[in-house]
Amino acid sequence: MSGAGILAEHESHPLFLPLVFLGGAIFGVGLAMSQMARPEIVLEFLQFRDLGLLFVMGGASVVVGITFWALTLSGRSAPMTGKRFGRRLKSLDGVGWGLSGICPGAAYASLGIGNVVILYGVLGMFIGAYLQGYLRESRADAASPSPAD
Amino acid sequence: MHEVILLADALFPRGVEQYLFGGLLIGLGTALIYAGTGIHAGASTFLESTLSYGSKLRRFQQPRFIASRDWRVVFTLGIVAGAAAYSVATGEFGWTTEVQPWRLLLGGVLIGIGTRLGKGCTSGHGVCGVGSGSRTSILNVAIFMLVAIGVAQFVFALGVRP
Repeated sequence: MSGAGILAEHESHPLFLPLVFLGGAIFGVGLAMSQMARPEIVLEFLQFRDLGLLFVMGGASVVVGITFWALTLSGRSAPMTGKRFGRRLKSLDGVGWGLSGICPGAAYASLGIGNVVILYGVLGMFIGAYLQGYLRESRADAASPSPAD
Repeated sequence: MHEVILLADALFPRGVEQYLFGGLLIGLGTALIYAGTGIHAGASTFLESTLSYGSKLRRFQQPRFIASRDWRVVFTLGIVAGAAAYSVATGEFGWTTEVQPWRLLLGGVLIGIGTRLGKGCTSGHGVCGVGSGSRTSILNVAIFMLVAIGVAQFVFALGVRP
């Protein structure tokens, strides 16, 4: 499955993919329960008619914040990859969100709750990501013959 | 006291429990993956890494996309499966949005471009980034929230429903 000479991250541990699936499934239950899989609810939040979504990002950030903080403090490495726990250092998105009430994770979950119309949004996201990559590459080619990307 | 209840009803007409518990689960899923793998799982890099299966563009053929594309597909399938299980269990499966297809498509294109320019979305920056106290992410979230609020209010004011 992986490209030539590149070790896929999941090849490092047999439980890697099951864990990612389980984590994704919990994430998906959360998205469905929090109503973020429904564009209408997201639009009502953005129009200040129901501010409940503040609790979604708030609740998620607190859990993630505590976990990241505790693991970073432990000074250990992740058991399945050996990656060291630590903080990662390092828009148009808002227009799309405001226009349609979807974002990537919520769109996948929306498909899960049977909202097939959301496929328009998923298709749009792929087109947008491709366009951005395509334009970026052609600009890099125009700027220098051998870009160090 | 009465005023406080009225205010809460106005701000949160549907209550807050489902939002809070949903958010905690979103955080739990992210935290579980991080604890096992050290990876900040965001939802939007899936777009680029999945394009690497089909596109020869060097932009998509970067090692970081090829190395992560398989698990990103599994992560996304997990999100779909989790949401499906929840909606089947609660009897809400099959709900469809009233938002017009043109808005979903156009919004999707802008999200595709914007999340790739900004290197993250609501889950990558909004949950992982804000949770880890990254200033870049907090700034990113503040900007996309403000823009999204502006656009949503504008579209609503134009009379576009829902």
